[in-house]
Amino acid sequence: MSDGRFESCHGIRDAVRSGTRTAVEVITETLARIDRENERTNSFRDVFHEEALAAAGRIDRMVAKGEDPGVLAGVPVGIKDNIATTEGTLCCGSRMLEGYRSPFDSTVVERLRSAGAIPVGHTNCDEFAMGSSTETCYFGAVRNPWDPARVPGGSSGGSAAAVGAGLVPLALGSDTGGSIRQPASMCGCVGLKPSYGRVSRYGLVAFGSSLDQIGPFTRSVSDAALALEVIGGFDRLDSTSVEGTCEDCRIGEVPLEGLRIGVPVQYMDPGSNEPDVARGVEEVIERARSGGATVVEVDLPLTDKGISTYYVIAPAEASSNLARFDGIRYGHRTDRATASVDELYAASRAEGFGEEVQRRIMLGTYVLSSGYYDAYYNRALQVRRLIKEEFDRAFESCDVLLGPTAPTTAFKLGSKLDPMSMYLCDVYTVNANMAGICGVSIPIGLGGTDGGGLPIGLQLQARAFDEATLLGAARSLERLVEFGYERVPCV
Amino acid sequence: MSTPEPRRLSESEVRKVARLARLELQPEQVELYSEQLSSVLAHIENLGSLDVESVEPMAHPLPVNNRLAEDEPVEPLPVEAVLRNAPRREGDYIAVPKVLGEGS
Repeated sequence: MSDGRFESCHGIRDAVRSGTRTAVEVITETLARIDRENERTNSFRDVFHEEALAAAGRIDRMVAKGEDPGVLAGVPVGIKDNIATTEGTLCCGSRMLEGYRSPFDSTVVERLRSAGAIPVGHTNCDEFAMGSSTETCYFGAVRNPWDPARVPGGSSGGSAAAVGAGLVPLALGSDTGGSIRQPASMCGCVGLKPSYGRVSRYGLVAFGSSLDQIGPFTRSVSDAALALEVIGGFDRLDSTSVEGTCEDCRIGEVPLEGLRIGVPVQYMDPGSNEPDVARGVEEVIERARSGGATVVEVDLPLTDKGISTYYVIAPAEASSNLARFDGIRYGHRTDRATASVDELYAASRAEGFGEEVQRRIMLGTYVLSSGYYDAYYNRALQVRRLIKEEFDRAFESCDVLLGPTAPTTAFKLGSKLDPMSMYLCDVYTVNANMAGICGVSIPIGLGGTDGGGLPIGLQLQARAFDEATLLGAARSLERLVEFGYERVPCV
Repeated sequence: MSTPEPRRLSESEVRKVARLARLELQPEQVELYSEQLSSVLAHIENLGSLDVESVEPMAHPLPVNNRLAEDEPVEPLPVEAVLRNAPRREGDYIAVPKVLGEGS
């Protein structure tokens, strides 16, 4: 395929800026590709045909006039369906918000536009970002581009599948417990969860407000770094965004020589990971060591307490955040005649929310309710501090932590019906959200127990606000593996 | 603070929680959620084995406090763009069912 399918953000930007390609050409090809192929994966729910072409025309006029169109000039971007854009509708994978049109742009989308990037559509996700397989999406499950019988991971499955399948070079997702890194691992792309506070959450539909971060999916670490530079930095509209620009998150040169890689024993426990996943990660560790990195064993005994802590804190925050959906001002309202306002709320919410969302709202309501608050919620917050302190101690002996992103490669659609088995997919990713540190998943090869051919993801984690080291180290490891994105079979 | 014994969330507790959360449940959902939520709670019990005596709860990864913004006027959202999302409207108002005189 010579249609530019696997072109990088850097490549498109350089071509558009120098006038060797027009943004209109890039966007026309991208839209045609999505129209032709989207049904294979169901990555996009809504495509912004007219608006994207109009935006591309504006970029080309800037280039013609000699103006700088920005560092992402002409780059098509998929936007997860929980991040507000003024184009199209914003549905969060839910019947509750079917048809909702955002009156404003999220800060990240506004910044992408100012840098010349062009939103081309909203990508499907688990309902309100709750899930690890994108099967709870009201608009249909998303399928994995490497095997359509399998899930793309989740909750940002549409964004991961769109980038993995080569529909777009860049997509945004959100990560509350692994929802960027785990689907990136399963779809064979790079997925970055920035440090908490690095990227503005303004215009991201809130799930767990102390955990949520927006981040990019790309097919290279340097593209992810470029996207972070654009979307990161202080925003007065998000009181939890940190002061300063994103200058210090610019990718650093981090050669393997001198890099201290910590490998948590709990991440490599024999029996926890699929054999090909374990083997793939061990191979990278060996090659990093041969390349001059120092590999040290670290101990993170609270690893297996992360899921428990998460399933108290995240549902608690969600039950509060999702209380705003009451069928009054926006969102679904029942058509049935109800006898009281309480009945109107309860009926509208029962009709609008799917099962997983209802389950988590109830779990959150329960752990916050009188008599259980101390035993569950307050205790989880105490364990959260212990998890953070455990990371602090680990980072005294290493610069980055390395392990698999998820214990397995992509699983079959419909194979995890028990909620608890689905929750355990995030065992290696949730604690980064607890502590607020940054993490990235990069694809390192293919494998899997059932015929192979599925992407394997490696996760690196680094100290909060040390994206420069995180991404620099990730780029050094990326060079060791040369993943080969163009092998994706759905092309 | 001691943790509770491993416990099931009974169907009457599920109904109570659903009422608090303003979720109308069908009878078969009450049974299903009772089972599923009990299994999640059983997993969460493993936090009970940790010593958290005198650990300060951590609600947030950043030491953030109230941040005050300059009091500068900004353009409000266009009324039409906001109201078009209302389930029902009358003119520039959101229409709701009558709520007075119902004893609720």
